[in-house]
Amino acid sequence: MLEVDKNTFEAEVLQAPGKVLVDFYGDGCVPCAALMPYVHGYAETYGDKLKFCALNTTKARRLAISQKVLGLPVIAIYENGEMIDSLVKDDATPENVENMIKKHIG
Amino acid sequence: MSKIYDVIVLGAGPAGLTAGLYAGRARLSTLIIEKGQDGGQIAITNEIENYPGAQLEGESGPSLIARMTKQAEKFGAERARDSIKSVELTGDVKKLVGTKGEYYAKTVILATGAFPRPIGCKNEGKFVGKGISFCATCDAAFFEGMEVYVVGGGDAAVEEAMYLTKFARKVTIIHRRNELRAAKSIQEKAFKNEKLHFMWDTVVDEVDGDEILTKMVVKNVKTGELTTIEADEDDGMFGLFGFIGLLPNTALYEGQVNMENGYIPTDDNMHTNLDGVYAAGDLRVKSLRQVVTAAADGAIAAMQAEKYIADHKE
Repeated sequence: MLEVDKNTFEAEVLQAPGKVLVDFYGDGCVPCAALMPYVHGYAETYGDKLKFCALNTTKARRLAISQKVLGLPVIAIYENGEMIDSLVKDDATPENVENMIKKHIG
Repeated sequence: MSKIYDVIVLGAGPAGLTAGLYAGRARLSTLIIEKGQDGGQIAITNEIENYPGAQLEGESGPSLIARMTKQAEKFGAERARDSIKSVELTGDVKKLVGTKGEYYAKTVILATGAFPRPIGCKNEGKFVGKGISFCATCDAAFFEGMEVYVVGGGDAAVEEAMYLTKFARKVTIIHRRNELRAAKSIQEKAFKNEKLHFMWDTVVDEVDGDEILTKMVVKNVKTGELTTIEADEDDGMFGLFGFIGLLPNTALYEGQVNMENGYIPTDDNMHTNLDGVYAAGDLRVKSLRQVVTAAADGAIAAMQAEKYIADHKE
């Protein structure tokens, strides 16, 4: 799991080759904290097939908004600089996240 | 067949965790199943002022729930993370089927609580997470220095609106009546808060925007007059937070457990219409849905489960 910030997001996510998963979280976001261990687990399992990144939006508010992320948590898949899939808030359950990962590495 | 528990508790909010604590202390084999995070509604609540004893410095919903979880586990309640897809609640052994496995128990305590009621305006679904939120602690930071609207007039709406004033430039409470329903002590604080404004007799009719929320139409319920509110040009967006009560999380039990408008009626001892099946917390038909009443329900339900098991021993 690679922690990205407003300075590294461009290179590590938008310019990166292949597909990239981004876990958008924030300080004080309890559902984000509850989901994160699962995402770390999936990074262990699927990390060789998909790049895993996490972005603390509290420290990158403008960047998050530019990505149309205004509600947390969001787990998104990027490819060629575009968000091609995402799970937002209540839809971002561990089960749905794993299914989305499988869909994109399959 | 796998293990048959004495008690399975569905949901790890204040009702479920208290039921788990009491069942554990009664030395019943107990399993608490939760699909998401512990706490339910209070996990996203910033301030807890009205639960007796919850007066620690910096006490929040999550910190209170963390202590409840620890206490339940201390007395032996087991935990499972699973999403239950179907239930068979009749008969001596109840069966619960989740995505990870099947669970069996002699008694079941339904404590799956409730979820935030949608605002009820046109296009709402398109903008949840894109400007519409039901969780101030999750999303307040996105609206730092911007304008935010809060729908509702009860304790939660007013308290969360005050929390949002720490981030937003201006917070406007949109309420369908001409006075708040929140406790007087909360109202006093609210009316002193200079960042907090009020739009009375008003409901949100429609929301709109290009991917993110930038525009809404509000309606005066007395005159029928429609007013369009657009995001400040420099901001380019605004926030809309809904705190207008809850809907019960009971779809799973339909056709087995009796309900009234989705809520489960019980007697004073939390009995549902089914033997060995109890309901506790926000999903019950009741007059006050609070942490303190949820905890009380959980305690009573667990004690009734213990009694049921003792009475049914061969």
